Amino acid sequence: MLAIYKRELRSYFQSMVGCVFVAFLIAFTGIYFMAYNMTAGYPYFSYTLSGSLIVFIVGIPLITMRSFSEERKNKTDQLLLTAPVSLGKVVMGKYLAMVTVIAVPNVIFCIFPLIIKSQGTAYLKVDYISIGVFFLLGCVYAAIGMFMSALTESQMIAFISTFGILLVLYLWDGILSLLPSTAASGLVCVLILVILIAVYIWNMTENIVLAGGAGAVGAAAALAVYIVKSSLYENLLSNLLGRLALANVFTDITNNNIVDLSGIALYLSVIAVFAFLTVQAIQKRRWS
Amino acid sequence: MIEVRNLVKKYGNHTAVDHLSFKIEAGRIYGFLGPNGAGKSTTMNIMTGYLGATEGEVLINGHDILKEPEEAKRHIGYLPEMPPLYMDMTVREYLEFAAELKGIPAKKREDEVTETEKMVKIRDVEHRLIKNLSKGYRQRAGLAQAILGFPEIIILDEPTVGLDPKQIIEIRELIRRLSKNHTIILSSHILAEVQEVCDYILIISHGKLVASDTPENLEMMLGETTGVEIETEASSADIRLILKPVPGIESIEISQDGEKPAKVQIRVKKGEDIRERVFRAFASAGVPLLTLKASGTSLEDVFMELTQKETVPDAFIRRTEKPEVSAVSEERKEAQKNAGDL
Repeated sequence: MLAIYKRELRSYFQSMVGCVFVAFLIAFTGIYFMAYNMTAGYPYFSYTLSGSLIVFIVGIPLITMRSFSEERKNKTDQLLLTAPVSLGKVVMGKYLAMVTVIAVPNVIFCIFPLIIKSQGTAYLKVDYISIGVFFLLGCVYAAIGMFMSALTESQMIAFISTFGILLVLYLWDGILSLLPSTAASGLVCVLILVILIAVYIWNMTENIVLAGGAGAVGAAAALAVYIVKSSLYENLLSNLLGRLALANVFTDITNNNIVDLSGIALYLSVIAVFAFLTVQAIQKRRWS
Repeated sequence: MIEVRNLVKKYGNHTAVDHLSFKIEAGRIYGFLGPNGAGKSTTMNIMTGYLGATEGEVLINGHDILKEPEEAKRHIGYLPEMPPLYMDMTVREYLEFAAELKGIPAKKREDEVTETEKMVKIRDVEHRLIKNLSKGYRQRAGLAQAILGFPEIIILDEPTVGLDPKQIIEIRELIRRLSKNHTIILSSHILAEVQEVCDYILIISHGKLVASDTPENLEMMLGETTGVEIETEASSADIRLILKPVPGIESIEISQDGEKPAKVQIRVKKGEDIRERVFRAFASAGVPLLTLKASGTSLEDVFMELTQKETVPDAFIRRTEKPEVSAVSEERKEAQKNAGDL
C-alpha cells in the first residue's frame, strides 16, 4: 500500500496536476481573502473558504480523473492486480495519495486565520474547524471522483461525470426547493423506490415471484402507513433528498457557526461507501 | 507446481477458454503455442489472478489464485503482452516501485533491482524516463519487473515481440539461464521460438488444449509422412526412369521451374530409409545429385494442422493418426508448392 501511495503522490507532483490544483485553490482563496478579510475587514476566514468551494468542484475531478482510468488504459493495472497486494490496499493507497494532495492547500490555509489575528480579533476555533470540514468535504468529493474513474477507461469521461455529479450536489438546495412537499407526493416517491428495489431484486435473482412478492409487500406497507398516518409523508421528499446536499454541513459552519457532528459522520460514511464501491467496480470488471 | 483444472472463460457468448486443464512441473520451460486469439493471453491472465475465470480453478503451489490470492501471487512474476510500465517514471524508479509492491524487504531492494538490471541489460538506461525508451528497452524493463524478486514461476506473454534479432537471442539466452532455478511459461505464436527455447509445448486452439508434449514427440506424431527430397538437373522423365527400380518408394512429386534444377519429393513407406538406394541409382545412371536430404514433418506441420481446423482431431491427444490428417497435410503441401511456383 505504501509503495502505491508514494508512487501516486510523486506522480501527482511530477505531472503538474497536483501543483496546478494546489496553486489554483490557493490563488482563488487568496483573492477572496483579500476581498472579504483584508479589504472589507470581515474577521471570519471560514466565510472566505465557502467562496472557494466552487474551485473544489473543478479541482477535485482534475486530480481524481486519472486514478484508475489511466491505469486501465495503459494496462498498468495488470501490474497492480497481479502483485501480492490486495485490491483494497491498492484503492486505499491511491485514495490516500489524493487526500494528501487535497491536504496540502488546507495546511497552507491554516496560516490565514493567524494573519487575521495579527490585525485584530479572529475567531480561530470556527476558522480551524471550517478548514477541517472543508478538507473532509474534499475527501468526500475525491471518493466520488475515484469511483467514477474506476468505471471508465477515459480520463475525460471520468472528469466530466465527476464534475457533473459535484455540480448537482452543489446546486442541490436550489433543486430541492422545486420539489412538492405534500403527503401524496411523498407516497409516490416511496412507491417508486419500492418498484426500483423490486426490479433490482428481479435483476439479481431472476426470480419473478420473489421480486414481485417483495414489491407487493413494500407497496402495501407504504399504503397502510399513508392511510393510518399520512403526516409522516409530508416533506418526506425534501427531508430524504436533502441529505444529499453534502456541502450543507460545511456551509452551516461558515454561515451560521453551527457544527453538525452527524454531518461529519455522514461525510465519513460517504467516503467509506465510495471506497467500497470502487473496489467492487474493479472486481466486477475482472469477472465480466 | 501449477495446476489448471477445467478452466472456462466466457465473454458474453464468446468462449475464450474452453475447459482447459493442464499441469506445470517445476524446473522446465513451457511454451504456450497458438494462433492469435487462441486464448493464450486470457489463460495467462487468469493464471496470474488478473482476470477471474467463469469456471474452474488455478492452483499455484497448492494455493488457489482466487481464494488465497496474495499467497499465490507471491510465487509468480508476470510480464503481460503489453508491459505494464509507468511512462512518467525512470527505469530505476519503476523497478524500485515494483520491488516494493512485491514485498521485497527494503534492505535487499537496492541489490535485487541492480542485479535484475544487469541480467536484462538495462543498467545503462536506468535513469532515463520510460516514455523516452525504445520498444526493445521497454520490453526489457517489463521483463525485469517480472523476474524481480526471483519468483519460482515466471510467466511471459510473448516476451520477444518487437525486439530486433540480436535482442531476441539475448532474451532467449536469459530465459534459458533463468530456467535453471525457475519454472518458466512463455507464450508465442511464433513456432520457431517455442521450438528453440521450450522443453514442453502446449498447443492451444480455440481455447482448447489440442496437444501437449515435448517438441520431439510432437514431431514424431506425423512420422508416417517422412520422405526424401532431392534436387537434380535431369528431366522429369529421366528422374522417373531412374527411380522406378528403387524399392520402398510410394510416390514421386516433381516440380520443375524453367532452367533451374528439378526438385523432387519422394514419399517413402513408413520406417524405410532409402537415401542410399536413391544415391546409388542416380550414380549408376551417371546423373549428378545436387541435394539429397531426408524431409521429416516439422513441428510447423503439426502446428498448422492442429490449429487450422475448426474441429480438433482427437488423434493428437490419443497419439494415433487418422487418414484424413495426412490428406490435409498433402493438400497443404500442394498449396505451398503452388504458392512457390507463382
